[in-house]
Amino acid sequence: MTDFAISVKNLVKIFDNEVTAVDNLNLDVKKGEIYGFLGPNGAGKTTSINIFSGLLQPTSGEVIVGGFDVIKNPEKIKEIIGVCPQEPSLFGYLTGRQNIEFFGNLHCIPKEKIRERTEFLLKKLNFNGEGDRRVKNYSGGMVRRINVAVALINDPDIVFLDEPTVGMDPQSRRAVWEFIQDLKKKNKTVILTTHYIEEAEQLCERVGIIDHGKIIELGNPDELKQKYKAKTLEDVFIKITGRKIREEI
Amino acid sequence: MKIQRIKAIILKEFSRMLKDPAMLFMIIIFPIVLTLAFGFSFGQIGSNGESVYEVTVINGDIEGNFPEWSEHFISNLSKNEALEIHVGDDLETAESDLLEGKISAVIYIPIKFGDAIQSYWQYPLDSSQWENVTVDISYDSGSMIASQLLPSLFQQALFDTIYGENTQEISLPIILGSELVKSDQKTTFDYFAPGLFAFASIFLTMTIAQGITDEKEKGVLKRMYLTPIKSEEIMIGLTIANVTTAIIQTAVVFLMAFIMGYRPEGGILFAFLLVTIFSLSCIGFGLITGALSKNAGMAAGISFIFIIPQMFLGTFVSQGPPTIINKLVPSHYVTDALTSLLLRGAPVSSEAVLLDLGILMIYSIVIFIIGVFAFKKISKDL
Repeated sequence: MTDFAISVKNLVKIFDNEVTAVDNLNLDVKKGEIYGFLGPNGAGKTTSINIFSGLLQPTSGEVIVGGFDVIKNPEKIKEIIGVCPQEPSLFGYLTGRQNIEFFGNLHCIPKEKIRERTEFLLKKLNFNGEGDRRVKNYSGGMVRRINVAVALINDPDIVFLDEPTVGMDPQSRRAVWEFIQDLKKKNKTVILTTHYIEEAEQLCERVGIIDHGKIIELGNPDELKQKYKAKTLEDVFIKITGRKIREEI
Repeated sequence: MKIQRIKAIILKEFSRMLKDPAMLFMIIIFPIVLTLAFGFSFGQIGSNGESVYEVTVINGDIEGNFPEWSEHFISNLSKNEALEIHVGDDLETAESDLLEGKISAVIYIPIKFGDAIQSYWQYPLDSSQWENVTVDISYDSGSMIASQLLPSLFQQALFDTIYGENTQEISLPIILGSELVKSDQKTTFDYFAPGLFAFASIFLTMTIAQGITDEKEKGVLKRMYLTPIKSEEIMIGLTIANVTTAIIQTAVVFLMAFIMGYRPEGGILFAFLLVTIFSLSCIGFGLITGALSKNAGMAAGISFIFIIPQMFLGTFVSQGPPTIINKLVPSHYVTDALTSLLLRGAPVSSEAVLLDLGILMIYSIVIFIIGVFAFKKISKDL
């Protein structure tokens, strides 16, 4: 039995025989680790997550998630993961609560458990009664928080959070950060992609800096800063690539 | 295959329909309004069950040799309850009334009308001795029904005038059966109703396509595939929800039609089965449209490529004998079977109904299967 929640070997993804989105990616994420994917737009972060979550087939390479191969057992992987997509993907005509419960039903969680878990998530993400309003009437920050809650309804062992706090007010962002840290305490594995340097520095034990579909540097945020004699991870990225992360957002 | 997932999809679909005003209008309000509009226009409510056509008769033979024949003709016309006969004396005024749509027809009885009938009876077997005249009739060209129906009524009145009302007692080798009398009791709405029941389901194509493209655009379809759900489960949930919607739509249209005075000859339960099968083809077209469309606006546009032919070639819009083109659309077969059942009173086991059912099933299943494959294809491309 491996200690890795995710193990990736020589992963390649080429779209339409032309565009190489992921280029020979190698990666191991330990169980219970918060792993940060840091890189500009188009670096291959979302494509990698789509492959890890069984949504996209790799062109070549091996990806093992939770002990299951993404090509052979994508259904098994979907049972143990939770994915929070970059763009909030919710039903506007349903309430926040109904959205969470709907995805709970797709995971075939018992009804009582869905109710309990939904209530827990709404409280944890600072919803005080607004959970019963329709999502289309929510503010941007509330939509993003429900987007995170939906990803966690099945109490997944491995959580993929793709830019979860973009557009959130500082209070909501802090609530999500606390929640991510709680996940760590429960020995959940979190893969976090983010543009926010502060977010990566504060939450992630290891950061993989990805550019043009390749991991160009990997390590603990503090170690990386020391190694490149940089004040922030942004500076690390500049020193490696000569470009800023945020400029390319 | 998990029931919990299918149930969740069904409830989500119903929520979508009920909470979106545009969707609710298209699915429930539109068929109700359409049925009411047709009921009031062509049914019993508002017209005391029968249409009455106003006709002005100008009698040009009032001072002729045999004026009793023209008076007898006017009297026979007046006996028909579908006609309200006004005797006028100014042809110009009558034709002006016709142009303005105040009356449905003008009959001009010419001089020597009486002489013509008299000459016929004097030499019934020698046409060279007859006095030939023409009764000029002008119809309201703005009313298709008036111009189609009135000539036969006038012909009957003329026949009664020449041969007497007891012409049925004349011994002839061929007689017209009494069933014609039965069909005369129907309103125009009765003829439209079967097509109206089929019509209600046709717009499912658009609502399904818009639903799918909306979910594609918002990323929720992709998100659903990040859970262990299978596309078969989504398909089954979506189909059950929309077939149920079609049944509810048909029930609503039936109820509204019943309130408007519509009384089918029978076969109501079988009619629901026919609509259920037909709705599968509408769902199939919806899935194909959803797969082809990139956004909800495009879905609405493409869905009309399927909706318009179904509507114009196969429902109440299409009256008269079917052509080869009519037979290309599934709605023709459901309307034809419903007409046989509900209007003609044909039994479910009749050959015509079973043939329509068979062809409808083949059409619906094939279109539905193509739709399922199209949906699976988009699921892969998300």
